[in-house]
Amino acid sequence: MPQKRPLSFYILGAFFSLFVLFLYGPMSAIFLLSFQGEEGNLTFPMRGFSFYWIQSVFGEQRIGEFVTPFLRSLTLGLIVTLLSVAFSVMAGMAFRRKFTGSRFIFYLTITSLIVPSILVSLGIGIFFNVLGWDVQWYSSALGGHLTWTLPFAFLIMVGVFNRFNPAYEEASRDLGASDFQTFGQIVLPLIAPSLIGVGMLSFTLSYDEFNRTSLISGENNTLPLEIFGMTTNVTSPALYALGTLTTLFSFAIIGAGLATFQALKSSAPPSNSKN
Amino acid sequence: MLKIWKPLQNYLLVAPQFLVFLLFLVFPILTIVVVSFWEFNGYAMTPALIFENYRSIFTSSVYLSTYLNTFKFVAIVWILAFAIAYPVAYFLAFHIQSLKWQVILFVVCTIPFFTSNVIRMISWIPFLGREGLLNQLLMHLNLVQEPVELFLFSDFAVVLAMLHLYTLFMVVPIFNSLVRIDRNLITAALDSGAASWQVFKEIIFPLSLPGVAIGSIFIVTLVMGEFTTVRLMSGGQASSVGYAIRNQIGSLQYPQAAANAVILLIITLMMVFAILRTVDIRKEL
Repeated sequence: MPQKRPLSFYILGAFFSLFVLFLYGPMSAIFLLSFQGEEGNLTFPMRGFSFYWIQSVFGEQRIGEFVTPFLRSLTLGLIVTLLSVAFSVMAGMAFRRKFTGSRFIFYLTITSLIVPSILVSLGIGIFFNVLGWDVQWYSSALGGHLTWTLPFAFLIMVGVFNRFNPAYEEASRDLGASDFQTFGQIVLPLIAPSLIGVGMLSFTLSYDEFNRTSLISGENNTLPLEIFGMTTNVTSPALYALGTLTTLFSFAIIGAGLATFQALKSSAPPSNSKN
Repeated sequence: MLKIWKPLQNYLLVAPQFLVFLLFLVFPILTIVVVSFWEFNGYAMTPALIFENYRSIFTSSVYLSTYLNTFKFVAIVWILAFAIAYPVAYFLAFHIQSLKWQVILFVVCTIPFFTSNVIRMISWIPFLGREGLLNQLLMHLNLVQEPVELFLFSDFAVVLAMLHLYTLFMVVPIFNSLVRIDRNLITAALDSGAASWQVFKEIIFPLSLPGVAIGSIFIVTLVMGEFTTVRLMSGGQASSVGYAIRNQIGSLQYPQAAANAVILLIITLMMVFAILRTVDIRKEL
């Protein structure tokens, strides 16, 4: 192990560090500027340190009100998460066997992932318009979100079931369990850590989704849309404060997801894979 | 009973997912295609079968420059994303030996992906704005006398923000291809006297191409339909097809927007198929 590292290690390491700095630098700037003093503005230097702008996010004022859009995004995210997890587990189960049309469904799912998002937004908008349906965050925007979260959830579940050892289910059936008992008592506990992962991913993707929702959320905006609207007319650090709070919320979800994943993983049987 | 149940079971299990895509992807895109032939009379659209919407796209020099501008963004972002992502993925895959550190650094790279795009764009203001850090630095060094307006609200800002948002989509697939390369191949090549650059050229790079292809598909499709970054970072100065579509929807010109969307979709799919022809991607899934 105490082998001398080649020069390329240090060059690429420096490059990697710059990349991480590029990713996190701007974010940390707005974190700092959220604590700007009351007289401060959108750029450095910091004029004092205060929680003034953070507090301003919670009150109703001329820059708008953010608690309701947050709760709306939260609700929508939870619905999207539930549906994505349920649908992707079902589809993942089906994809363990080849069946006529499985390739078609697979490519349809990939298409949903790579189709330019403006097409999804415009398409759902016109589709609802032509049918005379009302666009709402809980109907059209929900659909738009699912076209984004379901492909990720599905691809992960297919991967999970690829590594799933069918011997557990066979043993369960040999002992006389029904399909539903086998699923509920054997399969589900074994894939639970992955479900947490899929759920966490779906939630954050939905919670932060902007492009596919932008034309189809109806009269009630989700939080990202509200923030986008704010960028054109708000010139105070309240914008950063809101950004900081919503990003911290995303981080909290990721953290909670990772912690639950670890906890479930260590309580699960030592191996649920074929090898 | 059991014999009918088994094959039917698969279809019941995929039904919800299929219905979601049917209702929110297939039908909407078909509607776009149909509506692209409809008429617009200034305030509403009416069913028709006219080619006017397409004709106006192909005969207008404004549209031509909008499309060319979109391709320009795609090309620049694609090249730069590749140039950044490859060394990053290579470092993670080959220079980080312990699995634990590989996972940690990988997570560090992916976390920004789970945060809001809008916030990540806003976060450039303190750097690029008129009184931003970059201008303050340049003024301090006496390189410029007045703050440069151009950093924010320019093509430069658009490209920078897109790289900030999308480079990760290139890093992950390339990393995935690189870690799958059998290390014995490299050892064998080195034992047979290959220089390390030869190992890279003859083994590592060819085997990582599927990852490059998947990353390229992501970048191309993401940038082709871009309108948020273009709108926000260029302050409405730059144009792209996505942004043009967005504006036409704003003025309710749905048929014209639909015709643009159809052309955008066709061009995007052609690019995706061109990339798919170069490598066998199914091996990666």
